[in-house]
Amino acid sequence: MPALPTTPAPPPGADAIRARGLRRTFGDTVAVDGLDLDVPTGAVFGLLGPDGAGKSTLIRMLATVLAPTAGEATVFGHSVVTERDAVTPRIGYMSQRFSMYPDLSVAENMEFFATIRGVGRADRRTRARQLLEGMGLDEFTTRQAQFLSGGMKQKLMLATTLMHRPDLLLLDEPTTGVDPVSRREFWRILAGLHADGRTVLVATPYMDEAERCTHIAFLDGGRIRQHGTPDEIKAKVPGRLLEVTAADPRAAMAVVDGVAGVTSAHLLGDVVRVLWDGAGDPAPTLASALAAAGVRDVGVRPVAPDMETVFAYLADPSTRAADAEPEVAAS
Amino acid sequence: MTDRPDDVPRPPEKDAGAEPAISLRGLTKTFGDFTAVDGIDLDVPRGQIFGFLGPNGSGKTTTIRMLTGTLRPRAGTARVLGVDVVRHPDRVKRRIGYMSQKFALFEDMTVDENLRFYAGVYDLPAERFAAQREYVLRMADLVGREDELTRNLSVGWRQRLALGAATIHSPELLFLDEPTSGVDPVARRQFWDLLYDLASRGVTLFVTTHYMDEAAHCNRLAFIYRGRIIADGSPSEIRSEHMDQRILDISTPDVDAVLPWLEAADDVQEAYLSGASLHAVVAADSPLTPAALTGRLAAAGFARPDVVEVPATIEDVFVNLVARHR
Repeated sequence: MPALPTTPAPPPGADAIRARGLRRTFGDTVAVDGLDLDVPTGAVFGLLGPDGAGKSTLIRMLATVLAPTAGEATVFGHSVVTERDAVTPRIGYMSQRFSMYPDLSVAENMEFFATIRGVGRADRRTRARQLLEGMGLDEFTTRQAQFLSGGMKQKLMLATTLMHRPDLLLLDEPTTGVDPVSRREFWRILAGLHADGRTVLVATPYMDEAERCTHIAFLDGGRIRQHGTPDEIKAKVPGRLLEVTAADPRAAMAVVDGVAGVTSAHLLGDVVRVLWDGAGDPAPTLASALAAAGVRDVGVRPVAPDMETVFAYLADPSTRAADAEPEVAAS
Repeated sequence: MTDRPDDVPRPPEKDAGAEPAISLRGLTKTFGDFTAVDGIDLDVPRGQIFGFLGPNGSGKTTTIRMLTGTLRPRAGTARVLGVDVVRHPDRVKRRIGYMSQKFALFEDMTVDENLRFYAGVYDLPAERFAAQREYVLRMADLVGREDELTRNLSVGWRQRLALGAATIHSPELLFLDEPTSGVDPVARRQFWDLLYDLASRGVTLFVTTHYMDEAAHCNRLAFIYRGRIIADGSPSEIRSEHMDQRILDISTPDVDAVLPWLEAADDVQEAYLSGASLHAVVAADSPLTPAALTGRLAAAGFARPDVVEVPATIEDVFVNLVARHR
C-alpha cells in the first residue's frame, strides 16, 4: 500500500474528541447515559460492547447527525451541536447503513462524494484509484453500487469517506461483512492514517481488530465501563488463560468447563480457551481431567490473554456488579 | 430417494448412505458478460456443517440462490436433497430453510406472530406448529418473550428468532448466508451452540461467513474465488494441503516501524498485523528462521523483537489462496 498523500495533520496532544455527561434518549430508552470520553489526537480508539450498548448512538452524536439530549461533546475543540460547520469538514463518518447512490457506478459515487467534500479535481482521480486498488475494488469501477456484494458496498463507503482525508474518522462497524483479505487491506489503510497522525474512532465486533487499537473503551448500557490500552484492559481480567487442543475440541470444552478453578471456557476456532482463577498449576489439573474423561490428543499450554476472553468477561452479567464503577486508566 | 409428497413432515435423515445433501456439477451462472459462478462441482455430505468461504463478490450468494431454487443456473446440474432443484425447485423448498444477515423478521410483529407467519408460509398443521414453536422458543431462549415486539429485541435475540423462524418447518438442510455478520462475540458463540445443536439432530448446515474462527468450527470447507472452487476439505486438510508458506509471529513494541521494514525485506512475501503482533509470511523452503529474523530485527535497531513460528490459521490460508489465484 503506497503511503497516502498528506495534508497537515492536527497537532498531537490535544484531544480529538472530548465528551462530558453525553446523553441520548429515545422515548423511554436511554441509549447513551451520561458518558464521558477523551480520545487523544492520533489514537486508533476502538469502541467495543454488546449489541445495543450505545456505540452507534454515540458515534452518530459525534458525527453531528444526531443531537444529544443532554451533555456536551467537542471535536477538535468545536461543539458538535453549536459549531457543526467547523466539525464536519474535518470528520469522515461511515454509518452502518448503505449510503451510496445505488444507480451510480463505483467511480461515479467516488467522484460525487469527493466533489461535495471539496476534493480538487487533479487530486480526485489519483486518490480514487489508490483507494479502490487498496480495497480490491478496481475491477468494479463501472459497476452500479446496488449490484455490489455486501462487503464491497462497505469498502466503497469507506473509500468515499477517505477521499477528503479527514482528520478524524468515525467508523461504525466498517468491516462487518468484509472478507479477511479486504479486512487486512482496510487495517493497513488505518495503520497508514495512524502513522500520518490522523485519529480514528472505530466500533467493531471483531476482537482481533480491537487488539490493533491504541486505546479501547468497553461500552455497556450506554456507559463506558472500562477504558485504556488493550494491555491495561486485559490486565483487569483476573486469572490466567490457557489453550487446550484435543481431537474433539467440543468434548474437551464440556469437560474443562466443569473443572474447579475454571472461570470460563470457550471455543476459538478449533482450540479451547480456558480462563483459570484457581490455585496451583492448571495445566496438569486440566490434562488429567481430560484424560479421565477419555478425551484424546490433549495439549494444554498457557497463552497471553486475548480480547475475546476480555469481552466475554466484561459482558458477563455476573461480573458486572463487581466493577460497576468505571475505572479511569491513565493514558 | 423416494419421492414423498411435500406436505408430509418428516424428521431429518441421518442415513450416512443417502445421497449427499447437495451435489453440484458444472454449475454456472452469468449476468450479462459477467460470470458469477463458473462451472463448480461440489458435494456436501448430510448432517455436516459445511463452510462456504470466499472474498466479497466471489459468487457465494449467487450459488446459494441457485441452490434454494430462486435463481436459474445458466448451465450445470444442482441436486439438493436428491431433487433436481433446477427442474423442480418447488419439490425442495419445504425441505430447506434459509437465513441471511438481513433477518427477514417483521419488526412490528411480536415474536409469536413472526413464528406463526413462517409456519403459515410452510402450511404447518396446527399440532405440528405447537410442537415446533415450543422447541424453537426453548432453543432461542425466547420463552416468556412470545408477546414482545420484535423491534424491541436486541440483535442477538433477533438473530436467534430469525434462526427459529427459518427452522419452524424442521428443514433437513439449512442455508445460512453470513448469519453472524456484525454480531458481538458472546452472541456469536451462543449462536454457534445452536448450530451445533441442529447439526447433532441431523440437519445439514451450509454456512457462509467472514469470521475465520467460525470456519474452523465447520466439518468441511470450500473456498470459492471468482466463481470457481479453489480448495475444499476439512479445516486441517485445507491447512496442510493449501499452505506453501510459513508464518513467523513477531511481538514488538515498534509495530508501526517494523511493519514497513518487514514489507521491504526480500525474503518476506507478506507482512500484516495479526491482533497485537505482526505476522511475516515466508516461503515454506525459506531459510529464514525465527532466530535469524530476531537477529536481523535487532541489528536494524528494533527493541526487544520476539519471533516465533506459528501454525497457519484458516485466515492465513484464505489470504494465501486468494493471493495465489489473483
